Amino acid sequence: MFRETVDVKVNHIAVVGNPNSGKTALFNALTGLRQKVGNYPGVTVEKKEGRIMLGNGAQAVLLDLPGTYSLTPNSPDEEIAVDVLLGHLDHTPPPAGVIVVVDASNLERNLYLLSQIIDCGLPVVVALNMIDVAQRNGVTIDVRKLSELIGVPVVPTVSTKGIGVPELKAVLAGTLMPSTKPRQWILPEPLQSECSELKHLLLKNHTLTEPQAFHESLRLLCSTAGLSLHSDRYAPEVVEHLRQDHERLARLGVDCLSTVVEARYEWIQRIQEVVLVRRLQSGPTLTDRIDRVLTHRVWGFVIFFGLMTLMFQTIFTWAEVPMHWIGLAFNGVGDFITASMSPGDLRELIVHGAVAGVGAVVTFLPQILFLFFAIGVLEDTGYMARAAFMMDRIMSKVGLHGKSFIPMLSSFACAIPGIMSTRTIENRKDRLVTILVAPLVGCSARLPVYALMIAAFIPQQNVLGFFSLAGLTLVLMYLLGIVAALATAWLFKRTLLKSETPTFIMELPPYKLPSLRSVVLHMWSRSMHFLKQAGTIILGVSIILWFLATYPKQDNASRSEQLRHSFAGQAGHLIEPVIKPLGFDWKIGLGLVGSLLQREIFVSTMGTIYGIENASESSGNRTLVERLQQDIDPVSGRSTYTLLTAICLMVFYVLAMQCLSTFAVVKRETNGWKWPLFQLGYMTALAYSVTFVVYRIGLFFL
Amino acid sequence: MNEVGLDTLVPGEKGVIGRLDTQTPEIRQRLLEMGLTKGTCIEVIRLAPLRDPIEVLLRGYRLSLRRKEAEAVIITKIED
Repeated sequence: MFRETVDVKVNHIAVVGNPNSGKTALFNALTGLRQKVGNYPGVTVEKKEGRIMLGNGAQAVLLDLPGTYSLTPNSPDEEIAVDVLLGHLDHTPPPAGVIVVVDASNLERNLYLLSQIIDCGLPVVVALNMIDVAQRNGVTIDVRKLSELIGVPVVPTVSTKGIGVPELKAVLAGTLMPSTKPRQWILPEPLQSECSELKHLLLKNHTLTEPQAFHESLRLLCSTAGLSLHSDRYAPEVVEHLRQDHERLARLGVDCLSTVVEARYEWIQRIQEVVLVRRLQSGPTLTDRIDRVLTHRVWGFVIFFGLMTLMFQTIFTWAEVPMHWIGLAFNGVGDFITASMSPGDLRELIVHGAVAGVGAVVTFLPQILFLFFAIGVLEDTGYMARAAFMMDRIMSKVGLHGKSFIPMLSSFACAIPGIMSTRTIENRKDRLVTILVAPLVGCSARLPVYALMIAAFIPQQNVLGFFSLAGLTLVLMYLLGIVAALATAWLFKRTLLKSETPTFIMELPPYKLPSLRSVVLHMWSRSMHFLKQAGTIILGVSIILWFLATYPKQDNASRSEQLRHSFAGQAGHLIEPVIKPLGFDWKIGLGLVGSLLQREIFVSTMGTIYGIENASESSGNRTLVERLQQDIDPVSGRSTYTLLTAICLMVFYVLAMQCLSTFAVVKRETNGWKWPLFQLGYMTALAYSVTFVVYRIGLFFL
Repeated sequence: MNEVGLDTLVPGEKGVIGRLDTQTPEIRQRLLEMGLTKGTCIEVIRLAPLRDPIEVLLRGYRLSLRRKEAEAVIITKIED
């Protein structure tokens, strides 16, 4: 969104802070719409930067780092934040300054990260954010005194209202400096002397500044990862000394980590006593009162599932309208091109390959926008943490984290936003497991396939008087998806991606009103990212699929004939021996090949086979239902498709991947071909074997 | 002394943290850095609807953790 200017030297300034400190809102307030969202090379951590104009005509590039509680990283996100701050990344210059966003309403814990950053000798300005919330909670902070004690400028801000932003810019226009104060917190002996010895060795052997060397030596002394990790990065002298240090400290029974953390918190407490005045609060806080209802044993679940139902209902009904428009628009574009170009392969390629392919991606956009908006609001208000809090018990049974619940739930609408929302999961293996099983949850694109099969082959009768068999079948299919997802997750967590059930040490932030600006910006950048990334792969694949369904050319053949004799038709015949054990014939095979791009294409492909032009509309669908029922196998003389075929086909669609958009997103989110290929493989194998079993058992009964 | 695990407290009860009894370095580090250090006052606010995890209040903010993790937080109960 902005041009790179080479002639002016532009400073990079990092914005860092605890999660829920209003960091991103402050970043938005500072940069406005001049933002660029990308990824850090090699990882799937979002890189957000924005250009900012300072008062004196100077410019700076602001880098929004992932939220972190400390400089000891616990997740890939936090690791990036730390690496950028310490200048460990080759492609990102070390920051010329750091804005540390400190939540004034939660000063104590927020100061912990600040103290670590100051120790690194980085030039710092503190944005004392959410000062209004602190005041409402009866907390007054002496800003001048705080700034004096920690030796860096402190600017009170309310990022959601833009308060303090001009003042912050004014500070940034000057030169940021490291803290003017010597380190305030006291490291007790014998750690103090061990640390300073190690620091001198580091300074002697490596090019580090004094504060960097101090930070490194503390980190090395506290590290529990063992020496093997460090031995190649440090001089032998340092490694040897460190080994002795660890031995000595272990002999004395000194726990380095807890000593250091305690010392820091003691210092924080001393600061708080000086700068903070707390008016006594009477009665429970607003958050407490809300939580009494929202995490209530009964009401908590009722409201949670109510909210989710409402969310999906809204997504389905509201998104359907723009989705229909987008479909019409792409049809219009197709018709326009058909009308304005002379007939030929090029026209066909553009209309049925490129336009149809891009259309397939863009049609998802309304659903994705809605879902990201809803998730953004839930996240911003603080409700998402409560959802994880309530669902963790269930998720931990299969070895996952409460945070995996929302991505899986989102996959009921569409696996794509579901997979994209796994970024909040800290543990890499857990995130991967969630990505791998999410497409098993029954998404909306499966519905047309189920609907066709149920209409054609499930008898119209009621069970127990009032449940229709059709509705029951549908529920069973969704249940099968859920069971499959949970079972597969359980299996992966014990085998392929073996790891402990992740810890659930999660902050429950106070409730607040969502910031519309942040939610919309977030929704927009995510969605555009999806369009760009998934769009290219899908465009390529839909052109290939078009080619397969069009060539070799038949002269004067109907579309149905053409498709039957195309490469795709041949592929249908080719895979017939493979799918025969599932009770499928070559026509279904062709439908399966055709719907690799998107599940619902199965319906229109079957329509084309039977020469029905508008199979996805209701009149065409009725005709297709009849044609499917009346199809007679020329060899046996019996119906080609039966109730059992329908059940098997539905089971197959529950479990098979059959969605290239998902494939593209998984490739993007896991940064490589390995996991999407694995996913395609395992899901196809699972679908095949389960369908096989169902068919074999079914033959006995039906 | 009446040292107990944090998981034994019912909502409304408070304690002072004595030590962390865990063999997993990551859990230990995370708990420490989130402020669960020796001498910190901690109160159990509520249990999740399925009784696990639990919600606690310390250093002016709310944290949730599983019973299994809370077991490792050894506290001395404060009666009031």
